[in-house]
Amino acid sequence: MTETRAISLTVNGQPRGATVEMRTTLVDFLREQLRLTGTHVGCEQGVCGACTVLVDGEPVRGCLLLAVQADGARVETVEGLAPDLEHLTPLQAEFVRHHGVQCGFCTGGILMSLTASLRDNPRPTEAEIRDTLAGHLCRCTGYQGMVDAVLALVAAGEPAR
Amino acid sequence: MKPPRFSYHDPATVEEALGLLAAHGDAARVLAGGQSLMPMLNFRLARPGHVIDVNRVAALATVSPGPDSGLRIGALVRQRTLERSPLIRERCPMIGQAMPFVGHPQIRTRGTLGGSLAHADPAAELPAVMVALGARLTLRSARGQRTVAAEDFFVAALTTALAPDELLTEVALPPWPARTGSSVQEVAIRLGDFALGGVAAALTLDAQGRVAGARVVCFGVGPRPLRAADAERSLVGGAPSAAALAEAGRLASAAVDPSDDIHASGAYRKRLAGVLTTRALAASLASAAARAA
Repeated sequence: MTETRAISLTVNGQPRGATVEMRTTLVDFLREQLRLTGTHVGCEQGVCGACTVLVDGEPVRGCLLLAVQADGARVETVEGLAPDLEHLTPLQAEFVRHHGVQCGFCTGGILMSLTASLRDNPRPTEAEIRDTLAGHLCRCTGYQGMVDAVLALVAAGEPAR
Repeated sequence: MKPPRFSYHDPATVEEALGLLAAHGDAARVLAGGQSLMPMLNFRLARPGHVIDVNRVAALATVSPGPDSGLRIGALVRQRTLERSPLIRERCPMIGQAMPFVGHPQIRTRGTLGGSLAHADPAAELPAVMVALGARLTLRSARGQRTVAAEDFFVAALTTALAPDELLTEVALPPWPARTGSSVQEVAIRLGDFALGGVAAALTLDAQGRVAGARVVCFGVGPRPLRAADAERSLVGGAPSAAALAEAGRLASAAVDPSDDIHASGAYRKRLAGVLTTRALAASLASAAARAA
């Protein structure tokens, strides 16, 4: 017997309704039912950070929340940051400029964590930037490009989005 | 992997949750912040028939001043709240000192106080902090309610005094004594990883600057948070000299018997317990002096 439940939530500003299996995680729901595949699934144990999305404005691991638990919530994914390639958020543009991306697997989660932490603290120190990044694994960039991107954003006095 | 199938319950009140625990007991797991249970479900290390999600139980999520300027913290209070609440920072500085070590910001958004305590990972910070603080835990079931000292709550690795039908609902913290400083120290391979070893310490001075009380609790170096009673006793009544803090470190190290694993040898961890004890006591002393000034 498979238990399911109807949920309704807001995803990137759009009201969405769906019927989900109880055991479906939020990230699998976003990827497989809503086809929002910018949020990636890595370790499924909360360590790698690839699945990080914002729920009611705060960064959470999409693999450690059930979709049913997001009923009524406001969810934001990397797809919600920029409307198209010509209109990247300032944070995304600095990531491109400073080579903060290589393979891109970790990038969606990192952008969401940084977007939330820059909203709360728009002028972080390098140590604070690295503290936010510590919740994410990146095996390509060595993180330096991401740190440079955020420092450039801060130096320019720009908001993340 | 993905979680196995389970029956999902999301009660809105403590009473409803207790009724579900009474009905499903052994076959049920309580889901709070999900930062430990969800990985276990994803890897199918846990296969409960029933998951009782307490996130809708608002009564479990409050922080309130306790009697005599203590604190009462609901089991569902998020780690992010522990980190940011001005009331907690003012009344219990040790909790704020521990929070930067607890997972990552993205984990603390969801992770809860009660979840960390009920999971009882031997390397976790919050269980050790609760033992050091002399916290009292309220456990409720359909049968009634009891209060257990934190020191008695942690039985072994991932094992607590909770019966299958009991729910940890609240943590009561005694008032922070005057002229008291504290510190949490740990060593981990990367920030946010589980500790190779750590110490939560507090030091209370009397009006003459002698040690009136000491707490030393080691974590990550045994199956549960370990109070270093010999180290504590050695300090009380004396001056908090560098030699006294070093001796307390030696006694704390002697009191633990950690095992080897892939990350560090038992010998390293044993030495670490002593070094971190001395460091935590020195930092406690500095903060006690600052609070007394």
